[in-house]
Amino acid sequence: MADYYNLFTTVQAKGPVHHGVELGPGNSPRFGHPAIFWLLGKIGNAQLGPIYLGGFGVLSLVCGMLAFNIIGLNMLASVNWDPVQFVRQLFWLALEPPPPEYGLSMPPLNQGGWFLIVGLLLSISVLAWWVRMYRRAIALGMGTHVAWAFAAALWLFFVLGFFRPILMGSWGEAVPYGIFPTWIGQQLCPFATATCSTTRSMLCQLCSCMARCCYLPCMVPRFWRSPAMVVSARLSKLWIAAQRPSALVCSGVGPWGLTPPWNPYTVGLGGLQCCAR
Amino acid sequence: MAMLSFEKKYRVRGGTLVAGDLFDFWLGPFYVGFFGVTTIFFAFLGTTMILWGASQGPTWNLWQISIAPPNLSYGLGFAPLMEGGLWQLITICALGAFVSWALREVEICRKLGMGYHVPAAFSMAILAYFTLQIVRPLLMGAWGHAFPYGIYSHLDWVSNVGYQYLHFHYNPAHMLAVSFFFATTFALSLHGALILSATNPGKGQVVKTPEHEDTFFRDTIGYSIGTLGIHRLGVFLAMAAVAFSALCIVISGPFWSRGWPEWWGWWLNLPIWSQWP
Repeated sequence: MADYYNLFTTVQAKGPVHHGVELGPGNSPRFGHPAIFWLLGKIGNAQLGPIYLGGFGVLSLVCGMLAFNIIGLNMLASVNWDPVQFVRQLFWLALEPPPPEYGLSMPPLNQGGWFLIVGLLLSISVLAWWVRMYRRAIALGMGTHVAWAFAAALWLFFVLGFFRPILMGSWGEAVPYGIFPTWIGQQLCPFATATCSTTRSMLCQLCSCMARCCYLPCMVPRFWRSPAMVVSARLSKLWIAAQRPSALVCSGVGPWGLTPPWNPYTVGLGGLQCCAR
Repeated sequence: MAMLSFEKKYRVRGGTLVAGDLFDFWLGPFYVGFFGVTTIFFAFLGTTMILWGASQGPTWNLWQISIAPPNLSYGLGFAPLMEGGLWQLITICALGAFVSWALREVEICRKLGMGYHVPAAFSMAILAYFTLQIVRPLLMGAWGHAFPYGIYSHLDWVSNVGYQYLHFHYNPAHMLAVSFFFATTFALSLHGALILSATNPGKGQVVKTPEHEDTFFRDTIGYSIGTLGIHRLGVFLAMAAVAFSALCIVISGPFWSRGWPEWWGWWLNLPIWSQWP
């Protein structure tokens, strides 16, 4: 019947807020006054809160915020603490893993040390969150299916950032912390396919038409990074550099500041330890 | 196949879009309808053509069978049967079968007095296929731009087309689509796990209620979208993923033909950044 057609809830019943099912002993009281938001009620429940702030939740949030801030400060440092450049280059900035020569050992702070510390903090954070998910289900007398589903996601997280780097013998294999760098890092295709040769020759034709490009061989510093990716990064970098001298900020530490020269976004400058200026 | 006891009362007349009572019957558990007939017709014809095309090809290896679209030189015309024409006929049959299936779903919804949400969502997926195989080739001037019908060959198509834009992951619509796909997976795992945790609470526990489900998510993340809301969210996330996927490929070529990393130059070169030295 047409009366019941609605994309968004047309009539919202207003009743007393729900303070949550009673928890047994050994649980903290819940935090926050539940609030009603009419706009939320158009799609789902209108009530926001209360939340349970247990020990593991607080631990998770503290470690997570610390990690987030360390990442952010490293990004800021990589643009020479310039807030304008920070905002401008934000999506491209990252806290990078150590170079391969350090293997699985502890590198200096600005050469991957912070990266490893952040990795540890984030790991504690997500594991504490897992414990939270598990215990909240038990406290409510429910099955722990959500926690086990979360465990599948954690498996991926630890494979990418912990197990595989260990098996490969180098923390440098881990995923960088950054928006585009993480994106690209995670979507690395380490497994060369039969199409690699086809695309390489295709790319050659494509590239030879372009003014300023050079084709890199498959053996690029960061292990198995696709040649196309390096070429595109290099082209993007050169293109960006060609816009204006001020387009790149030179901190004197290396291209893109603290980023190591094996970073694919800097590899294109032919190993120059300075930016485009 | 047996009908369950409560299903009999749903076997009513009516709801058809075309041909009235002519095909308004069931074969075993399957509703036929006019569009059931057309589905079978297109599916059978299309599959037969694929099999015939495979027989004219070099192999019966399931992974290597491939029916290719016409060469780019044929433009938007009808190609000879063995040089892409077969691909064109198969594509017409595919669209015929998919649309027929959706319309059959509509007839069943009408018969049962339900909303059309399921065929609507499916139509989004059909739109994605239509975009890939019809809209984009039309805009680019040749049927050859569409993907071939073969297991490995269609994957090679994806890889090659991706590399044509140097680094396809930088396509902003692709980023949104991927994010929505990940979010869909996330939402489904949470929702499935939540329902199972309430209905399978473990030894000695009673089955739990939606109050418990709401409390679990309010305790853990401060908000519970509710029983209706989660299904709205799920269909939104899934349809958004497909919609942005179709968008991301239709802009690659017809709208933007350079490398996707370069597209982000509009942000990096905003005049506002040059205000500060």
